[in-house]
Amino acid sequence: MFSFSLDRTAASLRGCRRFLLHPSGWQHLTLAVALLVLAPLTVLLLSWTEPAWGIWQHLRETLLSQLLINTFILVVGVTTGTLLLGVSLAWLTGACEFPGRTHFSWLLLLPLAMPTYVLAFVFLGLFDYSGPIQIPLRAWFGRDLWIPDIRSASGVVLVMSLALYPYVYLLTRNAFSTQGKRALEAAQSLGCSPTAGFFRVVLPMARPWIAGGATLVLMEALADFGAVSIFNFDTFTTAIYKAWFGFFSLAAAGQLSTLLVSMVFLLIVLEQKLRKRMRFSQSRVTAQAERIILNSAKKWLATSYCSGVLLIAFFLPALQLLRWSLKVFDLEFDNRYGMLLGRSLSLGLTAALFITVVATLLAYAGRRHPDRLTLSLIRISTLGYALPGTVLAVGIFMPLAALDNFLIDFARENFNFALPQLMQGTIIIMLLAYLIRFMAAGYKSIDSAMHRVTSNIDEASRLMGLRGLKLLVKVHLPMLRGGIFTALTLVFVDVMKEMPITLMTRPFGWDTLAVKIYELTSEGEWERAALPALTLLLCGLLPIVLLMRGTEGK
Amino acid sequence: MIMNDKTQPSLELKKISQAYGKQRVVKDLSLTLNPGEIGCLLGASGCGKTTVLRTIAGFEPLLAGEIFISGEKVSSADFSLPPAKRKIGMVFQDYALFPHLSLFDNVAFGLRGHNKVETLRRVNDALDLVGLQSEREKFPHEISGGQQQRVALARALSPQPELLLMDEPFSNLDVALRERLSLEVRDILKHYGITALFVTHNQHEAFAVADRIGVMHTGEILQWDTAHRLYHQPVSAKIAEFVGEGVLLSGVVRENSQVECGLGRLTGIFNQALAVNTAVQILVRPEDVVHDDDSSVKAKVLRRNFRGANILYQLRLESGEHVQALVPSHCDHQPGELIGIQPDVRHLILFPFP
Repeated sequence: MFSFSLDRTAASLRGCRRFLLHPSGWQHLTLAVALLVLAPLTVLLLSWTEPAWGIWQHLRETLLSQLLINTFILVVGVTTGTLLLGVSLAWLTGACEFPGRTHFSWLLLLPLAMPTYVLAFVFLGLFDYSGPIQIPLRAWFGRDLWIPDIRSASGVVLVMSLALYPYVYLLTRNAFSTQGKRALEAAQSLGCSPTAGFFRVVLPMARPWIAGGATLVLMEALADFGAVSIFNFDTFTTAIYKAWFGFFSLAAAGQLSTLLVSMVFLLIVLEQKLRKRMRFSQSRVTAQAERIILNSAKKWLATSYCSGVLLIAFFLPALQLLRWSLKVFDLEFDNRYGMLLGRSLSLGLTAALFITVVATLLAYAGRRHPDRLTLSLIRISTLGYALPGTVLAVGIFMPLAALDNFLIDFARENFNFALPQLMQGTIIIMLLAYLIRFMAAGYKSIDSAMHRVTSNIDEASRLMGLRGLKLLVKVHLPMLRGGIFTALTLVFVDVMKEMPITLMTRPFGWDTLAVKIYELTSEGEWERAALPALTLLLCGLLPIVLLMRGTEGK
Repeated sequence: MIMNDKTQPSLELKKISQAYGKQRVVKDLSLTLNPGEIGCLLGASGCGKTTVLRTIAGFEPLLAGEIFISGEKVSSADFSLPPAKRKIGMVFQDYALFPHLSLFDNVAFGLRGHNKVETLRRVNDALDLVGLQSEREKFPHEISGGQQQRVALARALSPQPELLLMDEPFSNLDVALRERLSLEVRDILKHYGITALFVTHNQHEAFAVADRIGVMHTGEILQWDTAHRLYHQPVSAKIAEFVGEGVLLSGVVRENSQVECGLGRLTGIFNQALAVNTAVQILVRPEDVVHDDDSSVKAKVLRRNFRGANILYQLRLESGEHVQALVPSHCDHQPGELIGIQPDVRHLILFPFP
């Protein structure tokens, strides 16, 4: 055992040395992508070399304390909300049996298809003074009825909890359904009642998964830009946007970004730790544990609870979107909608192809050079998922704008030549930002497929005379096809739904569906935003279908 | 560990039946375990043995019959004592150790309602018992499979159950470890006089650990007996085929306690009274066939399996039937050779053709 691990360490060290002395093309690539991810972070840190004291002064007097309070409310509220919803629903569908359980277990993932900002504006529209909820309430209970204002901190927390609980739900359900009943039986054989067993064993055992889901939720909540701006609920993301587009201070935006990033960084460290623990706690039984059958009253309570959540988080909002869309269809379904859709689709597809190609190359690099250095560079390359879109937009825009300006000055001074802006306002910036942000989604799908293409498969193929391109086409590609398809779909949908990066780095006047939703909702035009939102919702269903197939296959 | 009331059996199953949907998986099964006895349910997968164990633990409802633990009724068709109240300990096939607790906390899990000193003493006793005292602060994923198995045993024993149940307790271990641990577990159980019932599909395990073994087939116990009697006095052809190695030759009963078959005329004590000229099956074990070059009975070597001290030959008799012979390995023959063999049986195990 010891000599074996020593051998491995030595081999790994040799691999690292080879990397440093004679890097291969694969390793150059991993280094380049890792540097691309690190660049925005470095630039953001460097932004502190010129502190924008004026703006900070202003911020401290007006906004900063509110920002911190709001962020705190968001973090605590959304964590509590998603945990309550996610864990209870996961326990019911993962470990119990009640009418409709098999359908609920995938239906409850549907809110994933609804971007947070869409759910946010639908809720605002629904609870509006003239909306479909207040009017009948007032009609029944009179004009003086007090109705809590949805445009409040609790409103934001409610909307985000409903939109984000599936992350906790999905991870926790897997934990419960593989180990729930067996652990409960062991506890019972040791003298625990089923209820005591749940709290003493099942819940603590699922803790890494629950916490893993919660960190994902927190990253999303901290990174959220669309929903909080629709609710006028100022957080760091909206402050970054305002600093840039309101005060025109890229430096202040960068400095605010570093604060947000350091919070997210803590979450990443936490998440990586939890991942390790999930590996340790993995149950060896892969078979589904038997379910707890709920008796008469409880089972209908479970059914109504699940339907209730589903109705509020998905079906009612979706129905409302449909109603609004139909109402404005004749006005809105025109050439402009076609252009928006075309832009979103082409942007999504271009980004999906670009990212999938790079992700596939990275996966091959990791396969060819499994030394510690290459693998850590790949890890770094996939960390961008944690960077909030607003932060990333600032971080990628700052160096490229500087480079552009340098080139323009250089050309003018030396060659008396008026060089146009090369990168600012082109979609190259957007694509690079997407690459950083969505690399993880693409890489993970392809890498998990790549793990099945073992070196033994290569050797078996070589013995049968397949090598080079033939090996790639006849063996590798068919085996990777599923992973590549998943990567394309996930990235495509993510890019379609993405709002802040597109909003902040797009060429002037270049609108997509998501950007249009931002513009319309900031003017309170819920009905006109419905058609683009419904389009995004339909796209968002694609990855859920993939997810369902994946879990059913197991 | 616990002094059982000697007058009561520790476990008594009275004609229990179990079904999943319409399919009966256990049929009218009865057995009794006395205090300190180790019982075993032996059978292929799907024979219902695990269902019986889970029913005793209280995880499955009973369709008919009754279950008593130390004289107290715990299960019947309309009653089921919750598992937590049955005073049983259970070792699961996958051990089901709690991954979020240290070994110490795993073993201490079932010891609620004791003061700290008492808990500490009992956990230490249990860990000493399985020789894992020095690893007590570790977590389940940090120890080997064999150690996990022992922790599972310590955890089940620490609350001093009236009855220990074990579901395929050794099946996740490699062969060498399985053999060593099964003997160790028997020593521990015997030393403390613990009553236990376990299920396995592995005969060697059953023989090594159990005092009494029930061979199960399609939800029924075909024979509930000691290992010795199962091997030497099987009650049916099915048991004879299932337990140990051997073949059933067809033959006919003759006068004077003789049977005629492909090995010639065999004389010996019958296992049951049979009329002359009855067509029977005769159990012939590999050790019943002796190699003898001078013998008139010749057989052709089909296959040889070298086992170190012995060679197990697969032979074809002139009658066309196959037998096995266990021969000292210095008598080395190759497939295709004709060798002389001699039957060496004193007790004849005969079953009339159905």
